[in-house]
Amino acid sequence: MTTTTNNKEEALILREQDVVPLRNRVKEYGVKIGMSILNQTKLITATSELVRNLLKYGGGGKVIIESVSNGRDNGVRVTFIDNGPGIADIDLAMKDGYSTGKSLGLGLPGTKRLVNEFDIKSELGNGTTVTITKWKNG
Amino acid sequence: MQNNVLGVLKEHENKLLTIWSQILQDSGSGDGAMEEEESKEFASLFLSALAKSDEKNEQSQEFEKVEDLIVGISSSRGKRGFSPRENAQYLLSFKEAASQILSELIKDPAQLYEANLKFSAILDNLMIMTFESFMKGREDVIARQVDEISEISTPVIAVWEGIVALPIIGTLDSSRTQTVMENLLQQIVDTGSSIAILDISGVPAVDSLVAQHLIKTVSATRLMGAECIISGIRPEIAQTVVHLGIDLTGITTKASLASALQTAFDMLQLSVVKRRKIVD
Repeated sequence: MTTTTNNKEEALILREQDVVPLRNRVKEYGVKIGMSILNQTKLITATSELVRNLLKYGGGGKVIIESVSNGRDNGVRVTFIDNGPGIADIDLAMKDGYSTGKSLGLGLPGTKRLVNEFDIKSELGNGTTVTITKWKNG
Repeated sequence: MQNNVLGVLKEHENKLLTIWSQILQDSGSGDGAMEEEESKEFASLFLSALAKSDEKNEQSQEFEKVEDLIVGISSSRGKRGFSPRENAQYLLSFKEAASQILSELIKDPAQLYEANLKFSAILDNLMIMTFESFMKGREDVIARQVDEISEISTPVIAVWEGIVALPIIGTLDSSRTQTVMENLLQQIVDTGSSIAILDISGVPAVDSLVAQHLIKTVSATRLMGAECIISGIRPEIAQTVVHLGIDLTGITTKASLASALQTAFDMLQLSVVKRRKIVD
């Protein structure tokens, strides 16, 4: 299935103060396509999780917000790109309760449950890229 | 004279002031008496500094005074609410006025060019300083507001004897959680309360970090011998927390502050009853 991008923007995330404006931008994208409050909340919570990871483990990076469409449904896709140390074992990182920091260890697996599409690519020493998509009716 | 061509501007100070204030008026960025005084002081100090300096020591002590003055003027203009454009216009129009006079005084194009170039270099340096101090003036305002916001954003309310409530509005980050926790724990001691209600109606999203902070706050409250109720859990927040897999089962949670208060009354064995109407 092909998806088309309608609208796109990039944001640099370098400090904790950048989190709230980014979350608001993502929310605006959701509101624009008429996403329900529940899906909006899921999307911004997922964004919030990943952007915190980006800052904490990746040392900051770039976030791309896109408004996408697959012909039947509209959605919002958010891509998080960092140039941090990368993740050694993705399968382990995706496990509930596993954390190299002192957090609850729910960020990555929890985020996957909150969105419709979840893709993670990581290479040791070359950073991590996470892409999530939330469909309006997903 | 040849060496210090810019010094002659001092002799035309009044004319320069007139042209300058005219340009400022025309551009609509003047603001009357206070500005006139500032301008007069600046022009006089700047032109004296020019007259005294020669090619070699442009960074003389005289200029330091000018720099201090212009920094003061622009940061006060920033606080008085001038836009950056108006602030830039202030010195730019001074430059314009001065080059008008210079072109009247010096007829030889080569000399005029050189004089203008030199004058521009000095003034551009001052311009940069104005920008910096203007920004600093604005940043001071922002910093003060940030302080004020964080101070007013965590009020602890004594709702009943033995019950304190703390409404949280906005995002809970690490530093904020610290303030919230300190305030809450201190209030529990000060008021001798046994029940604390944390209301999160105003928190836009509860992610795992926020949840972790909430759990820590609840644990700390319990260590102080008080019970903590979290209220204001909206339906979408509840579903998101479940999907994320956060375990809040050990914590008493309520949908609204009203039901949290009811629970608190129950715990304290208090009851609210409707007064019966007395009928004859």
